[in-house]
Formats: sequence, C-alpha cells, structure tokens
Amino acid sequence: MSTLATGAQPATNATADLPVRPTKARRGGSPASSTAGRRAWGVVAVLIAVVWVFPIYWMINSAFLPLNKLQAPDPTFLPLGGTMSNFRQVWADPSFWAAMRISLSVVVIVLVAALIFAFLAALAVSRFRFRGRKAFILTILVVQMIPAEGLFISQFQMLDGWHLVNRVAGLALVYVAAILPFTIWMLRGFVQGVPIELEEAGMVDGLSRTGAFFRITFPLLAPGLVAAGVYGFLQAWNEYTLALVVMTDPSQRTLPLWLQGLVEANRATDWGVVMAGAALIAIPVIAFFLFVQNKMTSGLVAGAVKG
Amino acid sequence: MAVTTLEVPGDGTTATLRRRRPKLGVYTLLVPASLLMAVALGYPLVRQFVISFQEYGLRQQFGQPAEWVGLANYTDLLSDPYVWTVIGRSIAFCLINAAVTMVIGIAFAVLMARVGAAARMTLQVSLLLAWGTPVLASMTVWQWLFDSQYGAINWVLSNVLGFEGMAHHSWIIQPLSFYFVATVIVVWMSVPFVAFSVYAGLLQVPEETMEAAQLDGASARQRFWNITMPMVRPVLSVVLLLQVIWDLKVFTQIYVLQRAGAPTRDTNLLGTLIYSYAKEFSKAGALATIMLVITLALTGFYIRQMLKEDEL
Repeated sequence: MSTLATGAQPATNATADLPVRPTKARRGGSPASSTAGRRAWGVVAVLIAVVWVFPIYWMINSAFLPLNKLQAPDPTFLPLGGTMSNFRQVWADPSFWAAMRISLSVVVIVLVAALIFAFLAALAVSRFRFRGRKAFILTILVVQMIPAEGLFISQFQMLDGWHLVNRVAGLALVYVAAILPFTIWMLRGFVQGVPIELEEAGMVDGLSRTGAFFRITFPLLAPGLVAAGVYGFLQAWNEYTLALVVMTDPSQRTLPLWLQGLVEANRATDWGVVMAGAALIAIPVIAFFLFVQNKMTSGLVAGAVKG
Repeated sequence: MAVTTLEVPGDGTTATLRRRRPKLGVYTLLVPASLLMAVALGYPLVRQFVISFQEYGLRQQFGQPAEWVGLANYTDLLSDPYVWTVIGRSIAFCLINAAVTMVIGIAFAVLMARVGAAARMTLQVSLLLAWGTPVLASMTVWQWLFDSQYGAINWVLSNVLGFEGMAHHSWIIQPLSFYFVATVIVVWMSVPFVAFSVYAGLLQVPEETMEAAQLDGASARQRFWNITMPMVRPVLSVVLLLQVIWDLKVFTQIYVLQRAGAPTRDTNLLGTLIYSYAKEFSKAGALATIMLVITLALTGFYIRQMLKEDEL
C-alpha cells in the first residue's frame, strides 16, 4: 500500500497484475493514412512532456544559480555561468550527512525485511492452496484501504511505549508493515506470471520441487524482486508523514525531514541552497527509478514461455 | 530457507501438483509477514478504535486509567460544525483531484498509444521524472515556483501574460487558491502512475479485436468507447480506487503548504486535522475511525466489484 507518502506512489501498480508482455506500440489503424495525425499528436506529446518536466528542470536550474540571479526581477532560465556554491554549502553541512546516514539505515533494514517476508508470503499464496488463503489475500487488500494518516498517532503511542521513538528500528518497523501488503500483492502477481508448467517441466526432467523452483522460477522472478525492491526503496527514502511523527528529535531526522527544515530556515532568503538540497535528495532516486523502470518492462516471462 | 520444507517429490503427474494438500510448511511462510503486520498495523488500529471510546488524554499518559465514555468522542466531533466543514472539504478535494488525475492520466495514456516511438519516449521520461521525484523535493520546488516574490509562475503571469496584479500574488493565503495550488501539485505527482497503468492496459487490448471491429466499419471513436474502454475497465477501476484512497488521506502536500504560511484552520483537510489532535488521542482515534468509514463509503462499491471480478 502506499500508506506511505501520498504523493510518491508505487511503481508498477496495476501493471503488476497484468501478464508481462513486451511493451511494443502496435496501435494505430492503417499506417499510411494516420502518419500526419500521428506527427501532430507527437508534437502535442512533446509539448506536454516539456510542461510536465519543467518543475524538475527548474529545481536543477535554480540549484546552480547564485542568489543575485535568483532574486533578480527576471528569472534566469539557463544556468549559464552557474555556480556550485549552493551544492558546496549543502555538502559541507554535517546535518545533511547525519540525515543521509539515518535514511540509508532505514532503507536498508526496510528493504531486506520487506523483500524476504513479502517473498515468502507471496510464494505461499500464489503456489499453494490452503485454508485461510483467501482470508489472507482479502486482509492484504483491505489493509491497503486503511488510511495510514489515521493510524500514525496510535503507531506513535505504540512505539513510544516500546522506547522506539527516535530510533531507526522503530521507524523501520512501521515502514516495513506499511509496505508489506502492497509488496506481497505485487510479488504475487509476478509469481503467478511465471507459469507453473515451467516448474513442472523441470520436475519431469528430474529436478526436485525446491530445485525446480530455484533453478527455473527464481531467475524469472528477478525483475519482480527488483521492482518490489525499488518500490520499497522509494517508499522508505521518500516517506515524510511517519518520519515526522516518529523522529521528533532533530538529530534523528531522515532526509525529507532535513529538507523541510532547510526550506523553513531558508525560505525567502536563499532558494538556491534549498534547491540544491532537494536536487541532492532527488537525483540519485530519479536515476535509480529510470534505470529500473526500464528493466521492469522487459517481457522476460513471455519470451520464456514462447521459446 | 523455509522453502525446503515444501519439497514434494516429482512424480510426473504434473497436473495434480498445484492441488496437492501442503504440509504445515505453507503457514510458516506466512508467519513473518503476518506477525509484522499484526504488530505494527493491526495492533495500532485496534488500539485506536478502542481508545476512540475512551477518555484518553494527557492525564492517562501519566498512568491514570482510561475511562469508558461510549460514543462521547464521536458525538463531540460530529456536533462540531468545523469538523463537518473539514469532512466536506476533504471529500470535495478528493473527488476533484481523483477526477482530474484520471481524465489527464487516461488522455496521456491514449496519447502515448497514438504517437511515434520518439514522442512517446519523451513523454514517458518526463512523466517518470515527475513520478520518481521524492515528494518533499517536489513540494520544495513547487513552493519555489509559486513563491510570491521571485516565483516563476508569478513572473510568467505578470510579465508574459500581462496579469500585472499577479506580480506579488500570494497563492496560499486564500483557501480556494491554496486548494488550487495543492491540486496542481497532487495532480502533477499522480498523473504518471495513472498514465502508465492505463497505457499498460491499452497494450493488452488484442490487435485482432480492433482489426475485426475496423473491418466491421466501426469508427475510431466507436472502437475507443466500445472496445478499448470496456477492455481496460479493470485497470481503470483499480487505479481510480487507489486515487480516491490516496487523495482522501492526503497529508504531506497540505501540511507542507500550511507550513509555508497558509492559515491552518481555513485549509485543514482530514489528515492535517487528525495530526492537529496529536495530544488528544481519543479524539484523533475517533476522527481516524470516521475517516476510515468515509474511505469505505467512497470505495466500498468498487471493492465489491473488484472482489466479484477478480478470482483471488
């Protein structure tokens, strides 16, 4: 679920439910008649792309500009003659690195725990029929409907009772629980996407069930695990609400909390530094996201079955 | 790994494998995930529900036993016109945002399916960038874009489009304008997910069906409304369901914009109102329960539909 940050929504949501297929465009009637129309729509698409990406361009552009250009009567649209001083200022800030350490610790714990637990559960519900299976899947679905924003206060109380407030372990605990339902749901789709016939064929050829699973199914699940991992990474890296509630001590801030602090300290004084901070948090994640998004649509399974 | 407990000897009768009654091992696969969710989601949920029927404030934090007060917390909240205002606002905000996101997202998906590879890639990369940016980073740059003094949006409005009065316009002081800004941001962040999901759905529509319809004389418009849309309907309902849920519980965007200097009371939605009750656990619990009920009321129909269609 993305009970976590409302804005950062899960990678490959409904797509995980669909059988994986090569995503090649194969639409558009008779090719000859529609070429002109296609080109016109292409221009529209590119214009929309420019508008949509503008805020991100603006973040990077402003991060390179010195204060006198940011506060000039007319904005500077290209960071020509830009400066690295905004980045250097963030780089030299020990609180940035402290927040980085906290964020990375949370992310690592969340990823390892969520992937292992979700994988086991997904395996159970998609490869076996057993009593309570439907109830479990239903629970997973319903849990995703629960507004986390309604739960955070009692989660805080619970962690407070266990002395886990302002602890990486406490934040990681509520994060793992929050992303587990969706991760299970997603991995279940991927496990189902690998036809059991492949595994059975391996068993006919003399592999044990475990052997067939690890030699045949597991490699085919790699894209699914990567996708689920990216989802968990993004959620834990980007989440703000629970971090705000759980990490009240300024020395225990995660990166989003640190960024909000930077905004509040520099609003109306120096947006350049704030933009540099935002860019430093965003760029690694975006790069990662782009890289993996591509891998997730590789159509591995379809190829395996046909071949 | 626990998987080894599941070993079943390969006996060649492949069709029966799936239905083989598993040993207890299957349940051990479910234990870690179930336990964790029960502790960190189930327990707080139940506890919050229980507390919403109790008097639980600061005194109880210091060890005083909580008293049962029945529905008092609920009647307190629901007799407060301000709470109703916030509920109304939240529902309106949620429905408008979900509708705008869906319309734009579907339009983008159809556009992606129509254009050549280069234009599609450009649009997809742009949407992915918006989608992949951490919410706080996005919030930060949007605040800068809407900045009253040096923001790019005010500059464009006053210097390029000639609305001189917009030169130092403060966008978040007026509630309606505040919600407009929040909607722009939420829609900007949410559209990529809808566009990609629907586009993936469009690719699943079999080419043969479309060709057959075309041969039978169906126009492009007819094909879209009578074949494409019904076929991608399952995707549309899941996506819409998620949008409604997400937009109802929106917190971060509203909270951050409020911190930027908006009047809190005039701009609260359910999420931020619950947060403002942080010291009154009983009230927060009751309001959170009310929010859950509203979520179910808005989404119950779709959930039932999905359960009927989707064999789990």
